[in-house]
Amino acid sequence: MSETVESVSALIIQKLLANPKVPRDIDGNCKIMEDLAFDSLAVMNFVMEVEDSLDVSVPLDKLADIRTINDLAACIVDLKNKG
Amino acid sequence: MTSLFSKFEGLAGALGSVVAAGGRNPFAVVIEKPISSTVGVIEGRETLLFGTNNYLGLSQSERAIKAAQEAAATCGVGTTGSRIANGTQSLHRKLERQIADFFERRDAMVFSTGYQANLGMISALAGKDDYLILDADSHASIYDGSRLSAAQVIRFRHNSPDDLYKRLKRLDAPNSAKLIVVEGIYSMTGNVAPMAEFAAVKRETGAYLMVDEAHSFGVLGEHGRGAAEAEGVEADVDFIVGTFSKSLGTVGGYCVSDHPELELVRLNCRPYMFTASLPPEVIAATGAALEDMIAQPELRRQLMDNAAHLHAGFTKLGLNASKRVSPVIAVTLETVEQAIPMWNRLLELGVYVNLSLPPATPDSRPLLRCSVMATHTAEQIDQALAVFGQAAQECGVPLQPCAA
Ligand SMILES: Cc1ncc(COP(=O)(O)O)c(C=O)c1O
Repeated sequence: MSETVESVSALIIQKLLANPKVPRDIDGNCKIMEDLAFDSLAVMNFVMEVEDSLDVSVPLDKLADIRTINDLAACIVDLKNKG
Repeated sequence: MTSLFSKFEGLAGALGSVVAAGGRNPFAVVIEKPISSTVGVIEGRETLLFGTNNYLGLSQSERAIKAAQEAAATCGVGTTGSRIANGTQSLHRKLERQIADFFERRDAMVFSTGYQANLGMISALAGKDDYLILDADSHASIYDGSRLSAAQVIRFRHNSPDDLYKRLKRLDAPNSAKLIVVEGIYSMTGNVAPMAEFAAVKRETGAYLMVDEAHSFGVLGEHGRGAAEAEGVEADVDFIVGTFSKSLGTVGGYCVSDHPELELVRLNCRPYMFTASLPPEVIAATGAALEDMIAQPELRRQLMDNAAHLHAGFTKLGLNASKRVSPVIAVTLETVEQAIPMWNRLLELGVYVNLSLPPATPDSRPLLRCSVMATHTAEQIDQALAVFGQAAQECGVPLQPCAA
């Protein structure tokens, strides 16, 4: 249980960069839909991959409030701390 | 000032390029006149219908047409009210009894559409402290139902009982009720749910299970009760939802269950309470179509034979058809640049199928989605296959024929 927003954000970025279509210069402040051109389905599918790496489930209603990579990281850290 | 419509600019551009690439708007096809269940007039031409979900051809059932005419003559053409106010006539209760008896369940609720059945059941059942666990490829009505519900919503990988199990275990929420939602046959791909394995996960985790049999009702199982019947696990399914708009050829939705609380759901279900009930002629036609379906089990055998015929033909041609043979057969193409001209050419040559473009497809490749009918003749299927072969060739779609 040692994840921080920074470490989770770094892991998310690493996963995103595995996709060649994602711009190379992304950082935690990038907006997932606007800056990465992900549609809503792509976001949900990507979040599923992150969930499996970190053994956490992000409820869909929480996704509605998430815009940036750091938002997603903060949400995951929050969920893990509750668990 | 910001335009209300600026959010549609991307869509307008996408639609514009689809029209430019093929010459017509695939989402504005008009069937000028249905001639039979399998043939309709489109753009003045008689066209073979391979994309209407009318699996048993019952939209043209003589018995249903007659029942609708009689009901309209005796009861009028509308109820002008919701099921919980003035919108329940004896015909509605009779149909609910008929549907419940068909599924061998305690009771049934009839909704105005299948979309509303999902919206209503999911939002009514899953409350604030509960979890909804949805297959990732669920139909829009299931996703919309989850948005109308106050529950926490978790997706699991499509058709994966292991992933479902893992995500249920991960929840660690012993005091929350959990409702799993899956479909019998998936509408875009024709994939069939591994119901026995899902039922085992449900038993082990103490969750509830809802199955949307929209495309499998009348299609799978010895009696046509769907994927759960086909795999012998109906007792594990708490709620079956479905639609009359496919195998029964009319319109409307339903939910059947053995839980006596279904009676209370009627009073806690906005898409049931705050909309007008189905008109008498639709209710009567649906009951008659159900009788037709029960009286003709051979329709189901014919449907499966026809599906196997079309599927084998696609494989022989070298098109990439769904792995599993079901009445929904999706031909996957690699690029949208192939799919749009091919779909247009099929229509010009007299075959109507559904064009599905990403992101509305599961794996970001375009689909030519076909639905087979029991009423298709072998000649019609062969003709459709010949047209597919010609269109593929003319549009430069690569074919990989297997030794048949
Ligand atoms: C899986 C699934 N559920 C529900 C529906 C909705 O049914 P209806 O057309 O009755 O609204 C459909 C069809 O559109 C469907 O494919």
